[in-house]
Amino acid sequence: MAQNKPLIGKLVLVTVAMFGFGFALVPLYDVFCDITGINGKTAAVAATADNAVIDTSRQITIEFLARPNKDMPWVFKPEVFQMTVHPGEIHIMNYLAENPTGRMIVGQAVPSVSPGQAALYFHKIECFCFTQQQLAAGKNMLMPLQFYVDPALPAHFNTITLNYTLYDVTQAWDAQQPPQDNIGE
Amino acid sequence: MSVVITEPRDHDDQHDHDHEHHDHKPRGIKRWLYTTNHKDIGTMYLIFALVMFFIGGAMAMVIRLELFQPGMQFVEPHFFNQMTTVHGLIMVFGAVMPAFTGLANWMIPMMIGAPDMALPRMNNWSFWILPFAFLILLLSLFMPGGGPSFGWTFYAPLSTTYSSDSTALFVFSVHIMGISSIMGAINVIVTIWNMRAPGMTWMKMPLFVWTWFITAFLLIMVMPVLAGVVTMVLTDKYFGTSFFDAAGGGDPVLFQHIFWFFGHPEVYIMILPAFGIVSAIIPTFARKRLFGYASMVYATASIAILSFLVWAHHMFTTGMPVFATLFFMYATMLIAVPTGVKVFNWVATMWRGAMTFEVPMMFALAFIVLFTIGGFSGLMLAITPADFQYHDTYFVVAHFHYVLVTGAVFSIVAAVYYWLPKWTGNMYDESLGQWHFWCSLISVNLLFFPMHFVGLAGMPRRIPDYALQFADFNAFISIGGFLFGLSQLIFVWVLIKCARGGVKATDQVWEGAEGLEWEVPSPAPYHTFETPPVIK
Amino acid sequence: MAKTRSIRWSLPTLLLAASANAAAMPLNMTKGVTEISREVYNLHMTIFWICCVIGAVVFGIMFVSILLHRKARGVQPAQFHESTKVEILWTAIPVVILIGMAIPATKTLIAMEDTSAADVTVQVTGSQWKWHYKYLGSDLEYFSVLATPREQINNRFPKGENYLLEVDRPLVIPTGQKVRFLMTSDDVIHSWWVPAFAIKKDANPGFINEAWTRVDHPGVYRGQCAELCGQDHAFMPIVVIAKTPEDYAAWKATEENRLAEEKAAEQELLAMNMEMSDLMANGERTYIAYCAACHQPNGAGLPGIFPALAGSNLILNDRRAHIDIILNGKAGTSMQAFGRQLSLKELASVVTYTRNAWGNDTGDAVQAADVYRVQQGEGE
Repeated sequence: MAQNKPLIGKLVLVTVAMFGFGFALVPLYDVFCDITGINGKTAAVAATADNAVIDTSRQITIEFLARPNKDMPWVFKPEVFQMTVHPGEIHIMNYLAENPTGRMIVGQAVPSVSPGQAALYFHKIECFCFTQQQLAAGKNMLMPLQFYVDPALPAHFNTITLNYTLYDVTQAWDAQQPPQDNIGE
Repeated sequence: MSVVITEPRDHDDQHDHDHEHHDHKPRGIKRWLYTTNHKDIGTMYLIFALVMFFIGGAMAMVIRLELFQPGMQFVEPHFFNQMTTVHGLIMVFGAVMPAFTGLANWMIPMMIGAPDMALPRMNNWSFWILPFAFLILLLSLFMPGGGPSFGWTFYAPLSTTYSSDSTALFVFSVHIMGISSIMGAINVIVTIWNMRAPGMTWMKMPLFVWTWFITAFLLIMVMPVLAGVVTMVLTDKYFGTSFFDAAGGGDPVLFQHIFWFFGHPEVYIMILPAFGIVSAIIPTFARKRLFGYASMVYATASIAILSFLVWAHHMFTTGMPVFATLFFMYATMLIAVPTGVKVFNWVATMWRGAMTFEVPMMFALAFIVLFTIGGFSGLMLAITPADFQYHDTYFVVAHFHYVLVTGAVFSIVAAVYYWLPKWTGNMYDESLGQWHFWCSLISVNLLFFPMHFVGLAGMPRRIPDYALQFADFNAFISIGGFLFGLSQLIFVWVLIKCARGGVKATDQVWEGAEGLEWEVPSPAPYHTFETPPVIK
Repeated sequence: MAKTRSIRWSLPTLLLAASANAAAMPLNMTKGVTEISREVYNLHMTIFWICCVIGAVVFGIMFVSILLHRKARGVQPAQFHESTKVEILWTAIPVVILIGMAIPATKTLIAMEDTSAADVTVQVTGSQWKWHYKYLGSDLEYFSVLATPREQINNRFPKGENYLLEVDRPLVIPTGQKVRFLMTSDDVIHSWWVPAFAIKKDANPGFINEAWTRVDHPGVYRGQCAELCGQDHAFMPIVVIAKTPEDYAAWKATEENRLAEEKAAEQELLAMNMEMSDLMANGERTYIAYCAACHQPNGAGLPGIFPALAGSNLILNDRRAHIDIILNGKAGTSMQAFGRQLSLKELASVVTYTRNAWGNDTGDAVQAADVYRVQQGEGE
């Protein structure tokens, strides 16, 4: 019948739109997480430190966890396991990374904060996790993290745990480089 | 809307060069390959679903055999995982959904007084691509490394980085299943929207038509999302994207959000048509009109809408913040309300009726009780703190098998018994049918009821071997499983016997049956309602 | 009903056979050993009884109807078919019941999610197919793997009491103190579940999740991984021993000492050469425990998913790469970095074993010092 076609058209449109919606869920989820801290991801870009009102009446314990993923041979650890900070204070925490293997390895640290919502109040001014880090065979380095805790952190949070999982992304890194002789094997 | 029904069938379709108007049908295999007749296609869907039910069932038998005793006896854990995965995929996409589509094909045009489905050629395609989807899936089991082994829910990264080489085949197969379902759903919507006989107003439509109409909308809303998520799995595994890989900035939990955004409406796709079937059968055998027709329609619609808001109740243990968890818990509990309304309406329909208990009625009654039990365990699972204990245990396995086997499958079996005389023109063998019912009823409860206890006692799902304390119950469950499998052979016997002959059925078939499908002769002629009926 | 009769016939014999050395299975959810787990149990029972009552009423009415309103009794069907009042009533009543249920559930949930002010924090990392525990603020960390011998799983030996629920090194926690768990994963999603604590929390790769418990009584509590994580999902149990704070402190001190001693012993080992027969015997044990699940006891692997080691090009032709892949794993595959999990002795043995078993007759005896050199990035 003649007017099947407009209806079919609409239904096909819904189908295509929903297929698109499936993919749109990816950025939507990120936006949703940014707003609500639903998955404990911290911002992937640097914060600025202009609102330096220090709230000395509160003490927040920050725990630092670092774990190279199972196929990442680096030694990777924070200088200290925890520190106590006042909201608004800017602190630096160094992470030690060492590549004990005989080849250059590129690492990418992925942060995760628990409780998830606290991620919204944990601001990184400078972080090695913003970019991929290269480490030549047998070398080590200190990787700094500069951060402060937002004074607006809700009162029921008194401990924030920051975990870095370090991944070996050498393959992906190699693939992005123009062809050249890489260090290592 | 109804004016157009009187016009001749669609000739605009550019591929539509042969005609459904011919009174004779082609012979032999070509009839089935080229058919655009809704009854032929319905039959093929139903036979296909039955074959898949037995293939998926055979896999369940392998699972139950391995779980009969603790220790690894018959299969390797890797193969066991392939069995649980493919069993789930086949039962969901190969048995239950095609069976409902088959019933829709057969019955919807006859129930609304239409000569055929609105898009007969597309109907043919949507069926014929289905066998290929499952052929691909089944053949993937013979690939080196085996078929899909990550559960039918294919959580990333188990299905991406850590899966076997055959994952591309799995993805391809799911794509084809999805396309088939979407085409089927579009066809159902267009048929119901445009092809109702004059006077068949929305609120006069039989509930089976209503529930399928709503189901079809769910299908076109969520099957594309499934297609999207399998595509992401494909690109993550083979093309270096990182949707679900934390190392590349993705999030494995995101997979679960997208999957269950499809997955939860999917479970209603598999149960709403069942509600329609039961709402047809109960009034027939109670000889009394369905109680609360309008509230049934509204309840169906509200279940469908709510189904989009509860997906994360499958994910309480993934570590969502409290406010999100609470939202999904409340929304899930809310679904119990419209579902309850349906059950109450069925019971009210039976109340002060004049019931007889032929096989369709028996299966429908079993459906009400056992589906409700599945609903109760569903309500328990909604209570988040308790869900932490139930999640991913046999309690969940018991829950969804009550909903899907004694719910969806029982309703399909009830529907087949109910309409079989209309399809074949012969009455089925009542006493064999009763045997089938009682054997199924007893064995299915031996099979699934103890799973509640096993789950509460702490047995995780999807394991090929278990601690000794679970041994007795698993042996018991396995025996129930084998008996349930055997009982279904009686069903095949009944079907073959009925197709070959038997007592001739009257046009109305059942004393209390009402509706357009009972006004055409039995067996229903190849073409029905070429001139639209007049609805009073 | 011949079929049902046959069940009754065979069942008693079957039950006796299977339950020879198993504890009786509880028929209900455990009450557990924490305040939270008891609250969860109470919630479970409340909702269960509510369901039972609703079920009894609805099914009761239905069965009365089936008994009374049957055509065989010659009844005439009534004509009523709708009532807005009734519909509103049976919409409203369930809503009230559900609200009554939601309130305690919400309270318990909020208590469960409050992980603040913990006394002890343990990082729990799942990987295929073992758990790793790390006590935060201490060097103490170790893997915890299934202790049930393969022979029991393959039915060659009789199964022990804690079949599949026993590990080599259980997690130890103090009683009466708030213990916080931080879950994460090295590969796929796992789920750390101890029913007695009512904790089930997914371990997601790249993300951390929290849970906490405060255990009342010392004891041994067993659980399992609850999220399908690949072929040996059934074989990564969890065992937690709760000790009194004093015993816990003593245990922790001993373990920390032992860890330091082991490290010292490793250094000594570097100077020693082990006999080929020792290496092979040790290697086979290690291989069966850590490698055979994927690469199979006969080294044939599972084509298409786990490569064969017998006749492997890499093993036969590149000794350094062989050691390297065992130490550092292979990115993007299931092959893990065993350098952090196994001792140098185990590593050297398993390398030697895989270089010489199943026709891989390289004749190499790889020593701890060889492995150490590769680990330190030096050439061989």
